[in-house]
Amino acid sequence: MISLERVSRAFAGRRSAGPLTVLSEVSLQVRAAETIAVVGPSGCGKTTLLELICGLQQPDSGSVRCPPAALMPQRDLLLPWLSTVDNASLALRVQGLDRRRARAAALPWLERFGLGGFERARPHELSGGMRQRVAFLRTLLAGKPVLALDEPFASLDAITRAQMQGWLSRILEQEQRTVVLVTHDVEEAVLLADRVLVLSPRPGRVLATIPIAVARPRLRSDPAVVALRAQALDALGSGA
Amino acid sequence: MSRRLKLLAPLLTVVLLLGAWELYVDAGAVSSLVLPAPHAVLASLFTDRAAIWHNLMPTAEEILLGLVVAAVVALAVAVMLHLSSFARTAVYPPLVATQAIPIPLLAPLLVTWLGFGLLPKLVVIALVCFFPMVVTTMSGLASVDPDLVKLLRTFDAGRLQTFWRAELPSALPGLFAGAKLAAVLAVIAAILGEQAGASSGLGYLLTVTVANLEMAEAFATVLVLIAFAIMLFALLSFAERRAVPWIHQRSDTEVR
Repeated sequence: MISLERVSRAFAGRRSAGPLTVLSEVSLQVRAAETIAVVGPSGCGKTTLLELICGLQQPDSGSVRCPPAALMPQRDLLLPWLSTVDNASLALRVQGLDRRRARAAALPWLERFGLGGFERARPHELSGGMRQRVAFLRTLLAGKPVLALDEPFASLDAITRAQMQGWLSRILEQEQRTVVLVTHDVEEAVLLADRVLVLSPRPGRVLATIPIAVARPRLRSDPAVVALRAQALDALGSGA
Repeated sequence: MSRRLKLLAPLLTVVLLLGAWELYVDAGAVSSLVLPAPHAVLASLFTDRAAIWHNLMPTAEEILLGLVVAAVVALAVAVMLHLSSFARTAVYPPLVATQAIPIPLLAPLLVTWLGFGLLPKLVVIALVCFFPMVVTTMSGLASVDPDLVKLLRTFDAGRLQTFWRAELPSALPGLFAGAKLAAVLAVIAAILGEQAGASSGLGYLLTVTVANLEMAEAFATVLVLIAFAIMLFALLSFAERRAVPWIHQRSDTEVR
């Protein structure tokens, strides 16, 4: 489904420092309906990887083959002048649906996402968790086969983040989509993904690929989850 | 600060300043042909109310029309400069140059070309007022988060969709901020425009009364101008709160 072959990417560095390599020879295959998590330290090129998958950047070398992907950025970036339902259906409006149809398509989802009763609320009236759910729904409703999630819960407090991880896990079980989830939270990666890709510090290389063969719903206290989390942390540590 | 204090504090400042002014003139420190006493100005405001009211109407018309013209032109120019880097290079520097031209130099020229009517005043007001709105609107257009633009691109949004869905609404707060600045400038521009050649208006009245050394009436005219500027500013602030309410609303749960 998604295929990255020996992808490298560099940016012009500061003055005489020369180009800054952020990704080095990264290869990655993702099957349809698979959820893959990419973990790594800050600045290891996780966001660059997502933008390559979304076609927002081109690699300097290597090849990227990927069906259309919709992005969910780190911050919710909901439009403050739009209501919940209009924010959620933004992609449908962009794709040319009229307002009535776009709203009709989004409304049943709001109920499912626990946003019933908040259809007409503006973003500032929603809690952080609700805003992330609207942002996720907006990306989901774009109707692309691939979802590219960039640290979706990084801005939330720990308790809300835990709730949202459980919530997203259930949604992804129902919605068969191919998901690339970028995170710096190893536990989140193990809880949500079918496979965890561990990247090294800059320039990002693949240090390990860890399959997560634990039945869902997963508990963070499950010994298997704890062991895999330790394994991923070990892999991260080996690259430092 | 309590609500009452908020209302009383500026009033107290004004009363103190007026008191000092009155004492200064009454003490004979300055001729009333140069600086009239506040009580004389207030008296003139009443006795000359017919002349002032009669001359307020054309000035108000010029200012309101001029502001509308300036806002429309500013929005169009800002959008053009935002969308085209060529336009930005070609047009922005000359645009800045127009703002450096002293109006007293330009206004007589406009009167020669466009006559003594409404038109030359409109041009002066629009010229003075459109630039602040261009600058603030452009910064609004450019304030869209780059990540939002990326998000929209993955939704297959083209340049036009991005402009329409994200950039234009983001520019509205800037347009209002510029309009509030421009409202105050418009009053000054109207006076300069009228002083270059007019047969009515508060600027005309000001020219006549100053020439006749009727300083109390001249100051009363200025008082009316100030009140008009404040009213315009308040009106725009009200419209801003209605049209772009989101700039005053911040989520308390947002973590930055």
